Amino acid sequence: MALAIVLLIVIIGSVAFNWLSPWWFTDIASNWGNIDTTVFITFWVCGIVFVAVCLFMTYCVWKFRHKEGGRADYEPENSRLEWWLTVVTTIGVVAMLAPGLVVWDDYVNVPPDAQEFEVLAKQWTWAFRFPGEDGKLGTVDTTNIGMDNPFGMNMDDPNGADDVLVPASKVHLPKDQPVKVWLRSIDVLHDFFVPEFRAKMDAVPGMVTYFWFEPTKVGEYEILCAELCGVGHFSMRGRVQIDTQEDFDAWLDAQPTWAEMQAGITPKSYSAMAMRGRDVAETNGCFACHTLDGSVVVGPTWQGLWGSTRTMTDGSEVVVDGAYIDESVRNPAVKVVEGFAPVMIPYDLSEEDMQALIEYLREETGAEEPMSADRGEDAVPADAVALNEAAASNQGLAVLNAQGG
Amino acid sequence: MAQAEIPYQEDMALHHPHSWVTKYWFSQDHKVIAVQYGSTAMSVGLVALVLSWIMRLQIGFPGTFDWITPELYYQSITMHGMIMVIYLLTAFLLGSFGNYLVPLMLGARDMVFPFVNMISYHVYLLSVIILMASYFVPGGPTGAGWTLYPPQAILTGTPGADWGILTMLLSLAVFIVAFTMGGLNYITTILQARTRGMTLMRMPLSIWGILMATVLGLLAFPALFVSAVMMILDQLIGTSFFMPSVVSMGQQLDYSGGSPLLFQHLFWFFGHPEVYIVALPAFGVVSDLLSVHSRKNIFGYRMMVWAIVAIGVLSFVVWAHHMYVSGMHPYFGFFFATTTLVIAVPTAIKVYNWTITLWRANIRLTVPMLFAIAFVITFVVGGLTGLFLGNVIVDVPLSDTYFVVAHFHMVMGVAPILVIFGAIYHWYPKITGRMLNDTLGQWHFWVTFIGTYVIYYPMHYLGFVGVPRRYYENEIGGASAFYPESAALLNETITIAALIVGLFQFVFIYNMVVSYFRGKPAGDNPWGATSLEWRTPQTPPIHGNWGDKLPTVHRWAYDFSVPGAKEDFIPQDVPHDDEHGAHRT
Repeated sequence: MALAIVLLIVIIGSVAFNWLSPWWFTDIASNWGNIDTTVFITFWVCGIVFVAVCLFMTYCVWKFRHKEGGRADYEPENSRLEWWLTVVTTIGVVAMLAPGLVVWDDYVNVPPDAQEFEVLAKQWTWAFRFPGEDGKLGTVDTTNIGMDNPFGMNMDDPNGADDVLVPASKVHLPKDQPVKVWLRSIDVLHDFFVPEFRAKMDAVPGMVTYFWFEPTKVGEYEILCAELCGVGHFSMRGRVQIDTQEDFDAWLDAQPTWAEMQAGITPKSYSAMAMRGRDVAETNGCFACHTLDGSVVVGPTWQGLWGSTRTMTDGSEVVVDGAYIDESVRNPAVKVVEGFAPVMIPYDLSEEDMQALIEYLREETGAEEPMSADRGEDAVPADAVALNEAAASNQGLAVLNAQGG
Repeated sequence: MAQAEIPYQEDMALHHPHSWVTKYWFSQDHKVIAVQYGSTAMSVGLVALVLSWIMRLQIGFPGTFDWITPELYYQSITMHGMIMVIYLLTAFLLGSFGNYLVPLMLGARDMVFPFVNMISYHVYLLSVIILMASYFVPGGPTGAGWTLYPPQAILTGTPGADWGILTMLLSLAVFIVAFTMGGLNYITTILQARTRGMTLMRMPLSIWGILMATVLGLLAFPALFVSAVMMILDQLIGTSFFMPSVVSMGQQLDYSGGSPLLFQHLFWFFGHPEVYIVALPAFGVVSDLLSVHSRKNIFGYRMMVWAIVAIGVLSFVVWAHHMYVSGMHPYFGFFFATTTLVIAVPTAIKVYNWTITLWRANIRLTVPMLFAIAFVITFVVGGLTGLFLGNVIVDVPLSDTYFVVAHFHMVMGVAPILVIFGAIYHWYPKITGRMLNDTLGQWHFWVTFIGTYVIYYPMHYLGFVGVPRRYYENEIGGASAFYPESAALLNETITIAALIVGLFQFVFIYNMVVSYFRGKPAGDNPWGATSLEWRTPQTPPIHGNWGDKLPTVHRWAYDFSVPGAKEDFIPQDVPHDDEHGAHRT
């Protein structure tokens, strides 16, 4: 008896929860309303089956509970009933599957007028590339990737020169324009997911994947990584700003092309010790997470690092010196900069390498240059480096997208 | 089936044990091995329980527990998942139930290869020890998620990418060796050692479930085995089976040309049948529980058998529904969505037949029956949400969100575990000769059933909002659109429920220990069941199970409430006579 009542409460509660709960799809901001429709159909078919089966069972539990002297029926099988149920089930399955496959067909066939852009995923940040004026993305190769070529562009491919590179985690897209998203990863699996767009797809190293959508609402949305990609997975966030076509064009024009970026890279001179330190930083992959241009990818930027005062997660303040750098490399979890998660792994450098690294950081990031101040949303910087700063300081992205030690 | 072919075992020589060690440690008795499997699986399950607490504490109260670092969190989800799927569920349902039930239900004296059976358990134990050893290697266990997807599983951005992943892969390979030895034994015993009269279509559904699950395991585990070996080679000597050119943490690595998708195909070629390796024995066992405790034959026995076979076969052609957004060729989506939804038909038939079994029954709400009914509800929810995820386009917004977490916990976490509990309450009297305490059992049931429902049902809705799974923290620098404040509150509630449900499992363990010494004596057949394990001359059955002569089977396992019969059950070894009247097969 108690069981029948509880089962009834579970059934009614489940249905009521469905209607009353505040948790449901976010407001859709793309063309994929018909995905929501397929969910809706599935919901109705499954909901009816759930209520019917569970109510039937609850009724049986109550009606046919053991009574003194009671005896069960003997009915091994009933072919008619069994076939009848099979047919009804098959109809329900077809009702869900058929519209699902139709929409899937839309999903995998990109409309011919779609504009292309590329999402480049890496632990634990996003970057973007637009094809530029020739409408063609230049070819790339992961093995080309280095400090001066973060996208791995092929130097001898003329199509790449006018590609627009957006190394920060925020991208703009035009409203009402279908876009084909090429996805590329340089390290592990990632997945480009914006809940408001409903669509998603994995980025897989060693291959290029794609999907498409058409943004339908101006606004800013959060990009999530939806495929486990290591210890910083949860912090791999980005932003996508949906603009009117005009605003988008203005934004895109302000971004540097690959050719412009290459021209803007000027070598700097260091002492021998600092040169060695720079090698240490490169071979240990420090630049994967720490930038020199003020943008924040994974860890705090190194711009203006030396001698600056940084606030830690426990509220204490630290003036950056050799001892602090030493500790942060060997034991990154001890002092973590505010706004960052403790995801950096410890590096056991030799004493010489450590001194070289510290010297490099002193020369590279010390004194003269002031910390970059926040700039407005649509500042149009003169050169590539300044541009990166602007992109990074947009919209509190630094805080959002960050961790490190 | 020609009955003359069924081998007789009367003259089979059994090597009776002579010392404590050969009786309880290196035992060749399938019943002792079953208990060994069960207790090891349960112990390692407690580890998984504690790990689930760690992750729930972090999700429910982020930032409160400093000691839960991202590394610990990812290691916990990985180890929890792998332990539950492989080392608890697979080991318990096949290693423990398979071992205990197969010879007893079929009227055999033991497994066909008792020595191999003994080795099987000890190799399994070794795999568990290797797995636990990963907590003591440099860097700790792997945090790659239970799917162990490369490249991240072996790259520095993942915890345990050097030693942890190796111990995990090694442990899996060793487990598969153990499973193969056990599995060959179950199949051979089922096909060759059934007693006189036990035709295939008279076997209890528990045995059908175990048989089909074992066939699946023997065909599916090799795919996992080779992928484990290949990943070990990638990690250890730098081959590139699964590794393309990558830049990890700013460094160019030497890999090139490998395919991360290849691993996913191999993994899920194993991983999807694995779902049914867990589900089919549970289907079988729950069919028997429902029938015995409702005093009514299972409805549509033949359809139930064919449904098990159909599900088993189809389970090999649905694997890529785990990969709809993996970047595989998009046209695969059409094929795998269709096969996946087709599998819903035999599965639905099983659900219908369980519920129709209750129609005009004489339901005794014993503790095993409570668990069996709770299983059906839980499985209905988990099965139906599978129709969302199996339908390729519906999966797109929901994949890798909490909807998936809720779905698979309902369907292959909670549901089979409810069956395991029900089965333990059901067979404990045969295993020990004593009943489990009923009051404690009731408490255990109510908290577990309602608690797990409260944990997992609302979790689906977090998935609709878009909350991704495997996130250490959802809010970074302020609330996100996909994580409203109410979702944080819901996560707190779920965590509290999870802590309570977890604690009540210790009531169950206490019950098992205390009842072993002080439980009410059970007698030979406390539930009035018909299958052969309740017809042994001794309870608990001694080594060799039967007396001088093996039982002879005269009827199917579901002669409950036969019209005209004196009792409301007729055991399988009772011959027909006019009084008993109607029967079949």
